[in-house]
Amino acid sequence: MATPARSLLSSVRGAGDPASDTGWEDHPPRVGFFTDTSICIGCKACEVSCKEWNGVPDDGYSFTGMSFDNSVGLGADTWRHVSFVEQRGPDAGGVRWLMSSDVCKHCTDAACLDVCPTGALVRTELGTVVVQPDVCNGCGYCVPACPFGVIDQRRGDGRVWKCTLCYDRLEVGAEPACAKACPTDSIQFGPLEELRVRADRRVAELHDAGVADARLYGRDPGDGVGGAGAFFLLLDAPEVYGLPPDPVATTRDLASMWRRAALAAGGLLAGIVVLGMGGSR
Amino acid sequence: MTDALSRSYYGRPVLKRPTWAALDIAGYLFLGGLAGASSTLAGVASARGRDRLAAPLRVGAAGAIGMSLVALVHDLGRPARFVNMLRVLKPTSPMSVGSWLLAGYAPLAFTAAGAALTGDRVPALRRLARFAGAGAGLIGPAVASYTAVLVADTAVPAWHEGYRELPVVFVGSAASAAGGLGLLSAPLDEVGPARRVGIVGGLVELVASRVMRRRMGIAAEAYEQGRVGVLVRLSERLILTGAVAALVGRRSRPVSALAGGSLLAGSACLRFGVFHAGVRSAEDPRYVVDSQRERAERERARWERRMSAGTQGTQEG
Ligand code: SF4
Repeated sequence: MATPARSLLSSVRGAGDPASDTGWEDHPPRVGFFTDTSICIGCKACEVSCKEWNGVPDDGYSFTGMSFDNSVGLGADTWRHVSFVEQRGPDAGGVRWLMSSDVCKHCTDAACLDVCPTGALVRTELGTVVVQPDVCNGCGYCVPACPFGVIDQRRGDGRVWKCTLCYDRLEVGAEPACAKACPTDSIQFGPLEELRVRADRRVAELHDAGVADARLYGRDPGDGVGGAGAFFLLLDAPEVYGLPPDPVATTRDLASMWRRAALAAGGLLAGIVVLGMGGSR
Repeated sequence: MTDALSRSYYGRPVLKRPTWAALDIAGYLFLGGLAGASSTLAGVASARGRDRLAAPLRVGAAGAIGMSLVALVHDLGRPARFVNMLRVLKPTSPMSVGSWLLAGYAPLAFTAAGAALTGDRVPALRRLARFAGAGAGLIGPAVASYTAVLVADTAVPAWHEGYRELPVVFVGSAASAAGGLGLLSAPLDEVGPARRVGIVGGLVELVASRVMRRRMGIAAEAYEQGRVGVLVRLSERLILTGAVAALVGRRSRPVSALAGGSLLAGSACLRFGVFHAGVRSAEDPRYVVDSQRERAERERARWERRMSAGTQGTQEG
């Protein structure tokens, strides 16, 4: 899918246009999700439609006791996940409900894609990040590389799986299954630029209405992952929803890591040569 | 403040637990380092005509890298597709770079070991073996140090936050293991280079891992508490014991061998300690959230300092 020559340098950061940075020419505009959690009603239509459309296996029939959340978090078999937070608050009944549908962020600087040794993870012409299951050999490197804890290995199968942003549906002009199923439009799909404008308007609206805690998460192209392709409007700190507060693509430090490793290797070689020269005992 | 910092979603991890099996991958961190540094030490030893030191090191390096390859393939979710590792060469993927390094290194190490085992009796093989031995010795240090990048290039706090020092820790650990192998296997009158490499490597490993933990911030706790802490402290004791025994046991075969065993065991414990500390730091949301908050604080402080320095500069100018 992607042309390899430039994907080698995908950690060389361009102007927030990951498809061009990967070598796609004349590509369609970058698409993504804006998930407005302030209007999520926790119905899990997104979780269900995602599983149905993508044929994702069950994620265990477990009862967790974590509010209404029994799918626990994103993983190989959960590509949309609705979190339920119950807080003491001024709302009716003294409880404030926070509900949020999480998904792969389709990062601009995607660590999973950078570290993938086989090229199984690719950047599509739409700027999304997709695993090619026929190439993945299950090395698992992307799993600890993802700063959001999204991608994971499927038991029994051995390969990694995650949200494809319904690449197959997009190819025929349909919107992703979760966005289609969401009854409140909490999940909005579209060109990223448009979504960002819409999100800015929405957060200003909420601030005017007195919701001071409303904030955008993953919207800023200047953040540690170069801005997320799937970003969120949250009503509390990210960690309350299980999201990292200030994620950084680990590969940002990679040049420095290689330099240090090369120096260390040189030091080892020199050290052994020098120490090997002395006496026999 | 701590309260706000420690919030999480039902205590669930923010990151995914690395899927790697400890025996395979921590084992490989150790064996890869042992192999790489042993090849280099063997190269230097044979250049100085110390063949009774070089031979066991070559055989050890080949054995260690052979076991590494088995462990690495075994750890794949789809072992049958291991050749996909050589499908592309991606400098952004330390695992891809490492696969190519191993593809170059392993055949050289095997050839050199084969020649050492046949005692250089076949003249045609002798030149090939010399070339292979030199090649393995030159690539060896890269094999020993790249694994630091392999683990540091992740979101795992106890690995990533140590990326500055980890290569030094790993080459120190590789040198002490190789020195240990030499001490264990070579006769007293040739073991000098291994003795020195083992001692210096062990000290580098000890000091660098202390420095790394000191600079790491909150994630250092993952190295210090619980069973990982026990393992890390054990590794330090073994390395120190090994280094001291190597120093004083110059005239004694048993003491030298003991020193070698202790250095090898210390290096292995350290690698397993690093591995498990990483897993722990990924599983506990506190490390992820707090170390990101810490970093944000540091960056803000640095920015404010620069800003205030800037204003002062303008006022003075
Ligand atoms: S959120 Fe994780 S899996 Fe998704 S693109 Fe970013 S790094 Fe990759």
